[in-house]
Order: sequence, then structure tokens, then C-alpha cells
Amino acid sequence: MSDEFLRVTNLHAFYGESHILHGVDFTVNRGEVVTLLGRNGAGRTTTLRAILGLVGSRSGSVMVNGREAIALAPHRVARLGVGYCPEERGIYASLSTEENLLLPPLVGSGGLTLEEVYAMFPNLAERRATQGTRLSGGEQQMLAVARILRTGARLLLLDEISEGLAPVIVQALARTIVSLRERGYTIVMVEQNFRFAAPLADRFYVMERGRIVAGFPAAELGAKMGLLHELLGV
Amino acid sequence: MTTIFGYPLVVVLGQLVLGLVNGSFYALLSLGLAVIFGLMRVVNFAHGAFYALGAYAALVGLNVLGVGYWPALLLAPLVVGALGVVAERLLLRRLHGLDPLYGLLLTFGLALAIEGTLHQVFGSSGESYPVPEALRGVFNLGFMILPRYRAWVIVVSLVVCFGTWFVIERTRLGATLRAATENAPLLQAFGVNVPVLVAATYGGGVALAAFAGVLSAPVILVSSQMGSALVIVVFAVVVIGGMGSILGAVVSGLLLGLVEGFTKVIYPEASNIVVFVIMALVLIVRPHGLFGRE
Repeated sequence: MSDEFLRVTNLHAFYGESHILHGVDFTVNRGEVVTLLGRNGAGRTTTLRAILGLVGSRSGSVMVNGREAIALAPHRVARLGVGYCPEERGIYASLSTEENLLLPPLVGSGGLTLEEVYAMFPNLAERRATQGTRLSGGEQQMLAVARILRTGARLLLLDEISEGLAPVIVQALARTIVSLRERGYTIVMVEQNFRFAAPLADRFYVMERGRIVAGFPAAELGAKMGLLHELLGV
Repeated sequence: MTTIFGYPLVVVLGQLVLGLVNGSFYALLSLGLAVIFGLMRVVNFAHGAFYALGAYAALVGLNVLGVGYWPALLLAPLVVGALGVVAERLLLRRLHGLDPLYGLLLTFGLALAIEGTLHQVFGSSGESYPVPEALRGVFNLGFMILPRYRAWVIVVSLVVCFGTWFVIERTRLGATLRAATENAPLLQAFGVNVPVLVAATYGGGVALAAFAGVLSAPVILVSSQMGSALVIVVFAVVVIGGMGSILGAVVSGLLLGLVEGFTKVIYPEASNIVVFVIMALVLIVRPHGLFGRE
């Protein structure tokens, strides 16, 4: 068996009548950080949601850790070892910070303990009894990421985690990603913030109109800047 | 003789106790409705029918199977709750994601079917259920006579309501339930089996109604229609408390029972409508209810 943790093949996704993904293909190896780049509406968020089954309907193939997930309900996909941090963060207003942290059930072994999570995000420890949505934007984003580190998920799907945050918070999140990579997590990031994503990722995929249109390793980033300018306007 | 507002104290206190007993039933029923509405956005019109089913389960238990009051208090909610789970899995879940009106119509139909069946099997005259041996008689408090069974109803309802509130607000299971109420798809993406959680919640809410049914059996006439009259008032209670609010359901249930009891003393003609008048006033002043969010 290869060291592929995620293989997406010919993935189509629909919301009602809208056909959003038109045959997405990409792979992510174990322990890799992969970033999906693309303009707004290119289908990056939908790709993450379609991996989990959070779209109206989907077809194609999603192999997670060697298991076919295309026909599974979202909770079964999660139990294959997938952790999801949605773009809107999804912090629960009716739960305290700690309740938010403890909410996702364990889906595998080897997750961080609550103490380790608090050591990584000291702000959250101070505010553990605070209502989740009363945290600052940066703290909420920390919470949304921290929440899926406890569960033993080995594949993290992170949607726009740097969006709308102060530079100092973005730097802290970048350090978190580096540390997670060192711990062997496999990470798929959707990022608008190219300067945040560029130094973190091992490989990049570029999406346009519901398809992957380019894919290259970090080493080729310099050579691909012309292409990225053209596709993304960065 | 001691009087209060010109009425004999004994009469006032007696009505207030009766009001609290009714309020206990309102609280138990509206609690279940609030939990179900909060999670499923289903206005469970079948709630009164499940309440009646609980009372009949106790009655059949006693007359046919020889199961007494105390075991029935546990068994009837379990049996009726299981029926609720079946109804959710077979019927209600098919309406998931549709306009809440569909759930209302389905549960209304379910209520008619259940009440019709009870009417067919047990007839229309109604039956009485004996007060259990240990709870017969009265407490003489000096200033008033308090029937033991009424005291029991009030105490046990408060305990069950507080227990339910505690589970929902203070435990991990409750946190999961609150999260499902707020954003179920994300919760499912975290690995929680939300469909099972929804079925269990409906079963739990229905079991609370059946529990109220058993509890009320010794103090009312058990009939197929016993729930349909009550459930209208209970819906008003839920609206006053705030749709989906647990605390609101319990507090406004008890308070409105008291208000109704008090109205029976000072102006009996209004006692049947006072709850609805209060509902109208609350809707004008606080459209989300006394404890509702937003």
C-alpha cells in the first residue's frame, strides 16, 4: 500500500440543481500539508465539504486511509480519522469554550490530551468557562482548530483558517501548522492568503470552476509564480 | 377565619395546590415539547396523544398484566418512548429538511390515529386509576389539608424537570444535544451519529409525556381525549416560555398552573382563557417568549 492518506478521484458535487464540482482529482500523502488555491467560488470549500459528505449529493471516489468514503454518512467519514474546521468556524454559542473543545467524539487514538491542547493554546485555557462565541475572532479560530486535535483525527481539513485575523494571530496559526506537521498530521488547507500558505505547504493544487487545473510541489513554487498570477491574481 | 384578598385562605391555598399540580403536568409536557422542537423543529402535535398512551399503558398494566403504579411509572414511559422512536424512524425523519408545517401535520395525524385507536379499544366513557396505597390520605399542615398524592405529583415533577434540565445544561450528553440543536450537520461531520441522537431525543420527549400521563392517571379520568384538551394549553405554555427553551418551559409551566389556580378563586369564568390572554400579552411584548433567545 502506498502512503496516500487521501485520494479524491473524479469527485462531482451538487447542491440541489447546482453542479459545483466537475470531477476533482488529487491525492494527499500521509504527513503532508497540501494547500488548495483558487479564486472565490472555484470549489475549494465545496471540495472539503464533499470529502465529508456535507453536500447535497456527490459521486466519484473519496478514499480515506484506504477506505472508500463516497457512500458514507458524514459521521462515518469522520470516524475514518478526519477532522474538519469549517470556514465559518462553527463555534457553538450554547456551549462554553471547554464544552466546544470536548464536543467532537474521539475518532482515533493518539489525539492530544486536553492539557496538551491548552498548552498549545494558552488563551483557551484562560477562557475555558467563557461562552464559545464570546471569544475574540482569533480565539474562536484557535478553538475551531484545537477542537479537532483532541479527537485522534489524522487528516485535518482546514478551511480559510487565516481569514480576517490580525497578523500576530496568523503567525501563531502558522506556528501551529508547523508543529502539527511535525507531529505527523496530514493536512489539507484551503487558503486565500497565499503568503500564509506558501511557506507551510509541501504541495499546492490550484482549482478553477470545480476542477483541479494545476498541481506542483513547494520546490517549484518560484517557477510557477507566473501561472499563479494568471490563475489567482496573486 | 383567615382571608386573603377577601377569600378564605384554605380555599386560596387549595386552588394554588391544584394549580401547582396542573402546572407540574404543563411543565413535564412542555419540557418534552421544547426539547423536541429545539432539536428537530417539529411542533409535536402528538404530544397529548402520547400523554394519554402513558396513562393507558399504566391502566392496562394494572388491570391486565398486574403491573402496579410504581413499576408503571418507569415501564410506561419506556414502552411509549420506544413507540416514539419507531414513529421518528418510520415517519418523522422522512420530513427532515422540509417546512416545519409538514411535521406539524404529520404529528397531528398521528395524534388522531392514536386517540382514535384508544377510543376504539377502550370506549368513550373513561376509566379511573386508583391512587397507590402509599400515597392515599392527606398531610395536615395546620393551615391547610394537603392530599399526599398531590404533594407527590408536585415533588416528583420538580425532580424530573430539574433532572432533565441538569442533563441538558450540565453534562457532555447535554452539550452534544445543544450542539445538535444549533448546528447538526457540523456535529455530524465531527463523528456524532446525529440521526440516532434525533430519534433518541424524540423518544425521550415522548417518554416525558407518558410519564406525565402515568402521574396524572390517579387524579383525572383516563380517556382517549385527556391529552387533546391539555396539549393546547401546553402549546401556549411553550410559546410563553420561549420555543425551545428548557428553563422557560418548566418555569412558565409551573407559573401558569399557579396563575390558572388563582384565577379560579378570584374570577372562575376566566380560568380557561387566562393562559391564552397571557400568551397574547407575551407575544406582544416579547415575541420570543419570556426565556427565548434572539
